Amino acid sequence: MMTWANMQADVAAPTTHEAEIEIKLDARHVNFFYGDFQALQDASLAVQARKITALIGPSGCGKTTFLRIFNRMHDLTPGTRATGEVLLDGHNVLSPDIDVINLRRQVGMLFQRANPFPKSIYDNVAYGPHILGWSKQQISEIVEESLKDTGLWEEVKDRLQRSALNLSGGQQQRLCLARALAVKPEVILMDEPASALDPIATLRIEELMQELKKRYTIVIVTHNMQQSARVSDFTAFMLMNERRAGEVIEFGPTDDIFNRPKDSRTEDYITGRFG
Amino acid sequence: MSRLLTRVLLDRFVSALIVLSVMLAAIPVLVLLLFVLIKGLPGMLAPGFFTSPPHPVGVPGGGVFNAIIGTLEIVGIGSLLAVPFGTLVGIFLSEYGRNRIGDTVRFVSDVLTGLPSIAFGIFGYTVLVATLHHFSAVSASVALAVLMLPVVLRATETALVLVPQSMREAGLALGAPRWRVTIEVIVPAALGGIVTGALLAMARAAGETAPLLFTALGNDFTQVDPLQPMGALALTVFKNALLPYSDLQDQAWAAALLLVLMVAVTNILARVYVRRIQR
Amino acid sequence: MRRGTAAERVIPAPLVASSRQRRLLAGDRIFQGLALASAILILLIAAIFMVALFLPALPAIRRFGLGFFVTRTWDPVRQIFGALPALYGTLVTSAIGIVIAFPIGLGAALFLAEEARLGFLRGPLSFAVELLAGIPSVVIGLWAFFILTPLMRDNVDPFLRQTLGFLPLFQGTANGYGYLTAGVVLAIMVLPIMVALSRDVIRAVPRALREASLALGATKAETIWSVILPYARVGITGAVLLSLGRALGETIAVTMVIGNRPVIAASLFSSGYTLPSVLANEFTEAVGPLYQGSLFYLGLVLVLITIAVNVLARVLVWRFSGSEPASL
Repeated sequence: MMTWANMQADVAAPTTHEAEIEIKLDARHVNFFYGDFQALQDASLAVQARKITALIGPSGCGKTTFLRIFNRMHDLTPGTRATGEVLLDGHNVLSPDIDVINLRRQVGMLFQRANPFPKSIYDNVAYGPHILGWSKQQISEIVEESLKDTGLWEEVKDRLQRSALNLSGGQQQRLCLARALAVKPEVILMDEPASALDPIATLRIEELMQELKKRYTIVIVTHNMQQSARVSDFTAFMLMNERRAGEVIEFGPTDDIFNRPKDSRTEDYITGRFG
Repeated sequence: MSRLLTRVLLDRFVSALIVLSVMLAAIPVLVLLLFVLIKGLPGMLAPGFFTSPPHPVGVPGGGVFNAIIGTLEIVGIGSLLAVPFGTLVGIFLSEYGRNRIGDTVRFVSDVLTGLPSIAFGIFGYTVLVATLHHFSAVSASVALAVLMLPVVLRATETALVLVPQSMREAGLALGAPRWRVTIEVIVPAALGGIVTGALLAMARAAGETAPLLFTALGNDFTQVDPLQPMGALALTVFKNALLPYSDLQDQAWAAALLLVLMVAVTNILARVYVRRIQR
Repeated sequence: MRRGTAAERVIPAPLVASSRQRRLLAGDRIFQGLALASAILILLIAAIFMVALFLPALPAIRRFGLGFFVTRTWDPVRQIFGALPALYGTLVTSAIGIVIAFPIGLGAALFLAEEARLGFLRGPLSFAVELLAGIPSVVIGLWAFFILTPLMRDNVDPFLRQTLGFLPLFQGTANGYGYLTAGVVLAIMVLPIMVALSRDVIRAVPRALREASLALGATKAETIWSVILPYARVGITGAVLLSLGRALGETIAVTMVIGNRPVIAASLFSSGYTLPSVLANEFTEAVGPLYQGSLFYLGLVLVLITIAVNVLARVLVWRFSGSEPASL
């Protein structure tokens, strides 16, 4: 466990750790601004490859903001600015010469509400590969593979040309996951992916995450502590400071955060004293 | 009489007034449509109404073939100009227009919406008729296109703005460039509203008369060359109504009925299309 | 780096922009440029539009200047042109239209927005009003020309002369064509706008306000009078102005029933002229730059007036919705 204390203290040198630890995504001292308002302050996070890292904290603590920086979704909001570094395999994704399109291809995203395109089930999953210009044959293989990976194939294989909007909420969210998987990302960002789902559909998504982490690196934002405890390998606890900017208070293996928090504020939150 | 009773009676009276005003508002529609139907139907069913051009005054028979072709062609060319262009401006307003240019375009479009339709006729006349030295169908199409533009672009903007932001983000998060997400995801998602706007604009253009007086002028012969003067149903109604021949007046009623039917069908198509898309 | 089976087939592209990716981003710039160009083009068209209204009027503007607005003569033979009769006719007919349409439209709007008792009528009535908005103005003109004018001549006008004949407004002979008939036609034509806009404004009155009033024991009528109408006043004014803008510029239907005579008369039964109907009626026969120019001068005046009215209306409506409390 000394490793993790070190990592937090010295995020600048994650590569010095034991060989089996591979840091996929490494955010260092990230600040984020909406115009003059600072929404994130000095946030750092080292995301391990093929693990699930959860961001928890009360609403407004900047966890979604933090997540959206990892694939530069904040570019879409005018007047925003991020400083610091977010290294993906050693490349700083915040640098201006980064290829945003390719970054987003490698760092996929699943949203709070299922947002399938108003197209057929097939076309939803095929959209990303289609943009990448892959062959028809390749695309149809990938669609099937992605739908199988998300457990949807058996449910929808007979109605691939039907509108995706006819699916149930849980199916839609899994379709969105399949859509994200179809472009072969390495990291998947999930922004409260189960917040609009019923418990059974939520369970389904959580099971999938365990399956997917064998091949993908997952970062999930959740307001649900139980969910974080259930699914994640590592947890970062975030909180708003006195100037309303979000900070990472504590980061470590989920087990430690929930059972042996080092910071009293984490303990207060975990035990339900605020939030 | 007690004070309460007065108040209750006053309340009843106001309610009665409100119901009366609704009746008064609804009566013109019913009366109008009834008359157009009764007076227009015989003329419409007369042989040759749809298939032959007008006969000279005094020769019985004749139809409005020239005007049907004219209305379709003038509105058709106008739509070809206005719909793609207006849609593109609508896309600009919704996707890139949260700035001064966007606000200016919105303001200008609102001003254009409020202009009297005759102003579009003057525009078409000055820009195309006066410069080419003769009246033409295409000048009418251009005038109507400018008249349709604000309807198309505001409908497009409204429809696009209603597409959830997360749909754009989902597309971009797949590594799609923004323009492809706009064309392949956002516009299809808003297609119902865009098509409705275009159809409503076409319906409005088909019913316009004043702009045509200055541009297409009218033509009793069947003309398909867009550079020549051309007839139109609205012009037939206007001109024939004022002529002192009862058979031509009957034709005006029939042409009016046909015009109303065309406008109504376009409107119904718009509604049906939206319903089909929403399903 | 170890990778799962699913990703093995695809070689990840480097994060630093490749030429293919640059092309995709160039597409973004091209598309945005295209959209921007179309937006600028429409501004350009609007500019050309205004110039196209102004230029052909120049001969008349040079000749008559502002005196155009106070000249009562419109005489193509003597080449003397003044806008006063048409200006007067436009204002009088529009005023009549609004005076008739305002109470009816407001009542209908109150019904659509407030009345619960005859709720089943709401759908059909909304539909009827929408239908009316879609009927081409030439069709309304045709109906007015053949049906409304005889009705006015034989029934309405004599009745008004008998009952209100002591007013100069309702004196003199009536042939059915004139200010009053045109005003009635305009009332019919602006009714849909009046109803739709007022209904939306009234619906925007917070529910809590009317419920508070009713809970205090006020009757429906008292609530309308003391809560709803004061609250919606600005928005309703905007609706009236937008209706006025429509009435001022209405051409064909008015041309068919106004009588088309360049006179100024106190009696509403009298024939007259309006700005757009002079244009529609005389355009094809206008010869010579001064005659044509005078027609275009009328058109320019009409457009400037309608723009002023519309902008004022939009500012009012915008203020109203802008200052509206979000929710209670």
